Amino acid sequence: MIFQLVNAVVAIVAGVLGALLLYSLLDRLAGLLPIKWEDRVKPYLYLVPATAAIGLFLIYPAVQTIIFSFYDRESIAFVGLDNYSELLSSPEFRQTLLNTLLWIAIVPAVTVALGLFIAVLSDRLKPGSEKTAKTIIFLPMAISMVGAGTIWKFIYEARPAGEPQIGLQNGVVTALGFDPVVWLQSQTLHLNSLFLMVILIWAQVGFSMVLLSAAVKGVPDETLEAARIDGANERQTFFRIVVPQIWPTVITVFITVLIGVMKVFDIPYVMTNGNFNTNVITLEFYNQLFTNGNGGYAAAIVVMLMLAVLPVMIYQVRQFRLQEAER
Amino acid sequence: MSTATTPPPEVADKKPSKSASSKSSGVGENAGGANWAVKLFLLLVCLMWVVPVVGLLVTSLRNPSEANATGWWTVLKSPLDATQWTLDNYSEVATNNGMGRAFMNSLVVTLPATIIPIMIAAFAAYAFTFMEFKGRDVLFIVIVSLLVVPNQVALVPLLKLYGTFGLNGTFAAAWLAHIGFGMPLAVYILRNYMATLPRSLIESAKIDGASHWQTFWLLIVPLSTPALASFAIFQFLWVWNDLLVALLFIGPGENAPMTVQMAGLLGAQGQGWNLITAGGFFTMVLPLIVFLSLQRFFVSGMTSGAVKG
Repeated sequence: MIFQLVNAVVAIVAGVLGALLLYSLLDRLAGLLPIKWEDRVKPYLYLVPATAAIGLFLIYPAVQTIIFSFYDRESIAFVGLDNYSELLSSPEFRQTLLNTLLWIAIVPAVTVALGLFIAVLSDRLKPGSEKTAKTIIFLPMAISMVGAGTIWKFIYEARPAGEPQIGLQNGVVTALGFDPVVWLQSQTLHLNSLFLMVILIWAQVGFSMVLLSAAVKGVPDETLEAARIDGANERQTFFRIVVPQIWPTVITVFITVLIGVMKVFDIPYVMTNGNFNTNVITLEFYNQLFTNGNGGYAAAIVVMLMLAVLPVMIYQVRQFRLQEAER
Repeated sequence: MSTATTPPPEVADKKPSKSASSKSSGVGENAGGANWAVKLFLLLVCLMWVVPVVGLLVTSLRNPSEANATGWWTVLKSPLDATQWTLDNYSEVATNNGMGRAFMNSLVVTLPATIIPIMIAAFAAYAFTFMEFKGRDVLFIVIVSLLVVPNQVALVPLLKLYGTFGLNGTFAAAWLAHIGFGMPLAVYILRNYMATLPRSLIESAKIDGASHWQTFWLLIVPLSTPALASFAIFQFLWVWNDLLVALLFIGPGENAPMTVQMAGLLGAQGQGWNLITAGGFFTMVLPLIVFLSLQRFFVSGMTSGAVKG
């Protein structure tokens, strides 16, 4: 145990010192050049380590993944579009896609709506209680999805009828006189998937609330006053004056949660491992890669995920350009 | 995007009726003016957030036989009966279930993966903000677009690449991957922050004959502390809480960090809830402390528009 910690300290010291040495070496090297060249070359030298990391760990493997998606399970023989057509024609994979779409349709919208609702309401509390309420709701941001999964698996725990229940949800249900339900296996209307979504919503509403609360507080009072003088009621003021002004933040939160939802892996992995029709694509990716050892399918699934993220990426870049133009 | 979707039943149940919500959807020039419906609703929401964690904590402190036989809420009848409380679950989960070692492993994975990328990103952000060079805008746009790319795109080839170098299962595999995956966000946060520093300051340093090296270390790094801190917290929480990268590149076994060990504990047959809850709470302690003590840096990083893909 001590050995491991020493190992980590050595890694930190070596990593930081190594980087420092590398940069000062690069800087000195540039200093040897004539002054005109020094100014031209130095920016690139400062950028080399960061771009190398991004190139080696994101761009190169991403390209490689696209190529692998056209190859067989061992990434040896070219198979064209077979991976895609086989996946898309399999009923199980279609069901997995459908489940992922359900997550995408429900979780971001609910997270934004609930976060906004809580932000607006807690704004009316006294400052002290507002802060306490917000900290409580924000806290799950610090917890891992594995931790959140542990908490909620305990809540959904089911014991046979007649035995005392130790899971809170069945405790309530049996106290009301109903039979206990094995929640994580209830596939009617995707009930079990919805229970998994509750975990992610629980974990992310705090994020949504904090950002939206800052935006709501930033709405100038004059615009609200003006609306009231013109005879707008509370509801009209909220939907016609406040919402349009905080809309950019709403979009930011929505996109952030959306990206998180598309990659959701931990929650289904620890709760059901995709059984009982709760599979999602990133879990299927993992299972194809490890359980099935099919690198071709795994790569094809990731490429589909990448295609789904593409519109968000384009939007993100456009937003950034607009923002820079204002600067 | 704005189309209404059906909220999950649990959440829907807790919402008050339409009339109550419309009455209270004002904006807070009247702080403290909440009516009872608003207070009741927020109290219920807070309970929904707190009670699950309390249930976990209470169960982790109960005797095994009782924890697995009756609901944790039954302790409310006689909370002062000391015989039902124990710390044994924690010592058992730390030793027999390997969570103690996993805690050290998590530290070993997280600290270098948090500290090393900061310096690399700071140099790049400096170049992007204060230096003129060809291709600067294109390169930065690439970084912005990479922010939303899921890390999954990189995993299959990295696994093969690591295989040829014999890195799979080692801490270095996780360090390198997290340094790469965290880099776009790090450069983005730091560059956006540096762009808000007064340019006149840098100009005058230049006139006084300071080199880029000196300007970077003596002026920009100290001034950028808030942004450095906010990235550090993001990255710390991200790496500590990560399951996928750890599962792929380190895996179960003696190097497994807490998330991997905990996922194994959850999946194992016949583990008592007294141990599972203790393990679960154990995984959360350090990130909760970091988060609560440094919350304001975290929030400022968030409001600067950071999205992690």
